[in-house]
Amino acid sequence: MPSATLLGQSVLSGIFAGGLYALLGLGLSLSWRFLRVINLAHFGFIFLAAYMIYQLAGVWGLSPFAAMLLVVPCLFLLGVALQALFLRFSINEFGSLLVTFGILTITEAAIQWIWTADFRRLETPYGTASYRVGELFVPVAEALTFAVAVTLSISVWALLRFTYIGKAIRASADDPDMAAAFGVRGHGLALLLSGAVAATAGIAGTFIALIATLAPAQIFSWIGVIFAVVILGGLGNPFGILAAGLLIGVSEAVTMALTAPSWAPLVSFSLLILILVLRPGRI
Amino acid sequence: MRRYLPAGVLTGVALALAGLPLAHPPAFVESILYLVFFWIALATSWTILSGYSGYFSFGHGAFFGAGMYTTANLAGPLGVPFLWTVPAAGCAALLLGLSIGAVVFRVRRLRGELFALLSLAVTFVLATIVLNTRLDGGPGVYLSGVKLPKLYASPASTIYLLGLSVAFASLIAAWLMRRSKLGRGLFAISDDEDVAEVMGVPTFGYKLAAFGLSCFLAGAAGGVHAIFVFYVTVAETFSITVPLYVVLMGVLGGARHWIGPAIGAVFIIGVTYSFVGGDWALAGRAAVGLIFILAILFLPQGVMGLVATKCRRRRAPPEAAATTAPALPVVRTLLPPGPVLLSCEDVQLAFRGVRALAGVSLDVREGEILGLVGPNGSGKSTLTNVISGYYRPDAGRILFRGKDLAREPGHRIARLGVARTYQIPRPFARLSVGENVALSAMFGAAGLDREAAERRARECLDFVGLGDRADALPTALNLHQRKFLELARVLASGARLILLDEVLAGLAPSEIDNALDLVRRIRANGATIVFIEHNMRAVLALADRVVVLNYGQLIAAGLPHEVMRQPEVVAAYLGGAHA
Repeated sequence: MPSATLLGQSVLSGIFAGGLYALLGLGLSLSWRFLRVINLAHFGFIFLAAYMIYQLAGVWGLSPFAAMLLVVPCLFLLGVALQALFLRFSINEFGSLLVTFGILTITEAAIQWIWTADFRRLETPYGTASYRVGELFVPVAEALTFAVAVTLSISVWALLRFTYIGKAIRASADDPDMAAAFGVRGHGLALLLSGAVAATAGIAGTFIALIATLAPAQIFSWIGVIFAVVILGGLGNPFGILAAGLLIGVSEAVTMALTAPSWAPLVSFSLLILILVLRPGRI
Repeated sequence: MRRYLPAGVLTGVALALAGLPLAHPPAFVESILYLVFFWIALATSWTILSGYSGYFSFGHGAFFGAGMYTTANLAGPLGVPFLWTVPAAGCAALLLGLSIGAVVFRVRRLRGELFALLSLAVTFVLATIVLNTRLDGGPGVYLSGVKLPKLYASPASTIYLLGLSVAFASLIAAWLMRRSKLGRGLFAISDDEDVAEVMGVPTFGYKLAAFGLSCFLAGAAGGVHAIFVFYVTVAETFSITVPLYVVLMGVLGGARHWIGPAIGAVFIIGVTYSFVGGDWALAGRAAVGLIFILAILFLPQGVMGLVATKCRRRRAPPEAAATTAPALPVVRTLLPPGPVLLSCEDVQLAFRGVRALAGVSLDVREGEILGLVGPNGSGKSTLTNVISGYYRPDAGRILFRGKDLAREPGHRIARLGVARTYQIPRPFARLSVGENVALSAMFGAAGLDREAAERRARECLDFVGLGDRADALPTALNLHQRKFLELARVLASGARLILLDEVLAGLAPSEIDNALDLVRRIRANGATIVFIEHNMRAVLALADRVVVLNYGQLIAAGLPHEVMRQPEVVAAYLGGAHA
């Protein structure tokens, strides 16, 4: 049995991991719920953004946050282009899963071609700094990621709930024809939303670059756990994503502390299977 | 004889390839051909479940991996002779598949993308378990010490021959299934599973059978592959590459066609091996991704799907003018009330507190046309769904020829002799009109074999006036014709009791007369009919008796003209003044 401090540190790192999961899952959840696009390319976009941040900040010496201001608009345009493709070919949900899988493979190959398969690390002052709170260490970059995840979730929730655009997006997702009859411009909104989703990939990529060592092969290792978070959280529900991210993050961290790190994937995937079998109606 | 031509050609090619090792070709030829066989086996075994039934699995890596690790453990540490481990590998994957299917296939909503995700998750769970137990333990399993038996030529050729055998077995299985009852049932499941079940296809059993066969073949291929790679690791075995490539090959070649995935496999392996070494391998991967995208955008049915469409277009006769059923003279037979055929006793069903059926009791008599009417939301369609087995009632009994249908699955109810139509026609979109009707004759109460079913389908299509459209796809029919296709299906099923759910809705007045005529003729053929309808003129013209539902309760029953005058019935239709 590990000590209380070790367990506390595990829970804390689980919470931070959960924040990161929520940040990564948010875009996936939104595009699945409101665009009916199961966007595997999202993972490719996140890592593309992370590598761009690495290039701008790590190699060319920009501040990571200035780099983010450059990267996010690029990603926005990428998202708009992706949705334009889907609208042009009117692809169904399952087709979107396959097409974005293809895009993911190409993105991964492109990343490996430009930045090679070697590990890349963005060295910043934020990367290693940490505060000591009582017995626990609080790493700055992770804490910042968590704060951003919470802020972004709240903003998305408020946008969807209170603004005209948010209501129009929800109406359009529930009944596109009826929404169009009431004057909602479905295509324009879909392009905007897809751009916004890709922009969240830009933000998520920035923080991945800040806290993790990058390698192209890692892209695939995120897919399972993020899908578990998205499905557990409920589609299009920012707070659900946050809660699910925390739940999975903490239970993984505790599993790692109690057994071996290699058992961790079992938690998220078993949860995913259980939800799918017991509560398929959530989707 | 032409029908057996593909299998003959396939066997010939396989025999010629089996003779290749005798010519002592360079080792790399056998290796590359083995890899082609390996991918053909995997892709074809995948299509047996996913292509035929539409349950796209991203978890083929799990079953292939189960086979790989079975052989790795049996042939490695345990020292079992290699040849024995291959069927064992298949059986291990089969057991894994059956136990997953037995749970997953019971959940009605786990289809499409959810099934794909679930199967992918299964792969990762299995990978984690293998990695952390003695099956692997982390460093991987070396099999370089395993002795290969010499079948003929050299021991190294044994791998080649085994790969060839598994590929051949997969292709033959896929070919046999396609024309079998199992295959037809799976195609129907892929187009509309709920309708398939109600028409008599035992969906659960068929999906399980296809899954089991698919897993067995994948496991056997994995068993052979373990020796080919001779060093088995979790990262390689359960990587995303296997499901990705398998799905890609299936989609590209045409997943609904038995040889489609094999064509896709040959093409993809060809592309991948044209780009070898360094950056070229990367370009090859990107090319595969790009081909994948283009295939889905421009060729969603795959190469063989395109070929099939071309063939169909060439065969189809020129567009005929809208056909009308020949107006045969109709004998209005006033039958004496027969014995009770179906008896609902206090049937109840609630959806989250909404009582859709609040204790309905009614009898349907042999040979009658019973009009079932009521305002929208009164429970007519729900009752149809309960009798045909789509919903299971919360309470009550439904006796049909002495048997309680309330606890029977839909396909058994169909076999007992109940058939239904849908208000919005639900034909199987990718089966031809003739195949749609034949399916009903095969799986319904008639239970005919394939040839007899096809004959019966032609008769029924002639009967409803669609005889010249048998080769068309249902999408080429107009609404009126699709409604008549629904009628042909129930007719072909040989059902004793036919539930007609608003067959007239959306038809023009002249088409309505046509349809009414047809319903009478179906009854004259010896069927009993429950006629659900809003069109009162039609109900009064057709029904021998009428029952009225409102708020899930029976509020009146009797002769048509008398019932329609009762104050409760008037109130239900016109509002609460009398209530």
